[in-house]
Amino acid sequence: MPETRPTAYDSKIEGNVIFTRFDAALNWVRKNSLWPMPMGLACCAIELMATAASRFDIARFGAEVMRFSPRQCDVMIVAGTVTYKMALAVKRIYEQMPEPKWVIAMGACASTGGMYRSYATLQGIDQLIPVDVYISGCPPRPEALLAGLMKLQEKISYERSFRNQKPELAERLEEVLG
Amino acid sequence: MSREELLNRFTKAFEAKLQFKTEFRGETTYTIAASDLRLVAKFCRDELSFDYLIDITSIDNFGEEPRFEIVYHLYSMSDSIHLRFKLKVPEETGAVDTVSDIWPTANWHEREAYDMMGIKFNRHPDLRRILMWEGYPYFPLRKDFPLEGLPSEMPDIAFTKVTPMEGGPFVTVPSTATSKDREPRARPPEL
Repeated sequence: MPETRPTAYDSKIEGNVIFTRFDAALNWVRKNSLWPMPMGLACCAIELMATAASRFDIARFGAEVMRFSPRQCDVMIVAGTVTYKMALAVKRIYEQMPEPKWVIAMGACASTGGMYRSYATLQGIDQLIPVDVYISGCPPRPEALLAGLMKLQEKISYERSFRNQKPELAERLEEVLG
Repeated sequence: MSREELLNRFTKAFEAKLQFKTEFRGETTYTIAASDLRLVAKFCRDELSFDYLIDITSIDNFGEEPRFEIVYHLYSMSDSIHLRFKLKVPEETGAVDTVSDIWPTANWHEREAYDMMGIKFNRHPDLRRILMWEGYPYFPLRKDFPLEGLPSEMPDIAFTKVTPMEGGPFVTVPSTATSKDREPRARPPEL
């Protein structure tokens, strides 16, 4: 005679339990709540603001919480021309952001220096800090920034977050669990 | 005061001191000696109603003597008249008197001229760089400064590197031709 045994710890959520990898769950949480650090340095910042406003609505991707404190940010959106005078300030702000952190180089200037081939302009922010996503355009339209954000979300969803963040614990777990 | 009246008073006051006069599109430019600058500036403000100093610009005539030239752009708010006067500064002295006590706006304009061209202003109250950082070793708008820049290093403040020109500089052509003909391209100057 078949016997039924309750497996859920709470009858109210019975049937709603999902089994997944820890990394997948963690990445899912991370990628859908990317708090941006708006590093608005030139005209790209206007498009960044437009992206955050109602028409394009970056909130659809969970990135509407622009933080002006680097300590509460996940992704730095470098929007505009980085001059040499500003360069080390951008780097310092990046260094103050807590791990894990990502960088979007928005537009031609932030990616390569753009049309400013001169003594005063850093030729791409990737000379100072690691960049995850480059967005072309001068300035890029809000759709392009959203596409860049979705690319970053895609990248985050494949990260080995647990191993990256706790390498020793991950190794010990592997030993114990075989 | 009409424009003619005003210019007449100006030339009468400085008859012997005006070196050169040019007229272009209804605007007058006088060349004066650097030593007369403050005298002329005070007279223009107090007697001729030039209450607004629009800008101070500097020119590097590299290879000529004297090398630098400073242009003062004046405007009279009450009479709607432009006046320009300029003076030459040799490289050895490299300095003129400040007019920042006559027109306070000159303070930053003179700082910019100092920052970009390296021309000093005697008795300026606060002659620091205004665009580049304190300690940057060059004056980037001088003609002997390369467009791609020069490397420099100020730990924890700023650094500069040489910009890759990739066959440039990329310049547009002012014309009514199609945008394909006008777009920025590497156009080496024709020799």
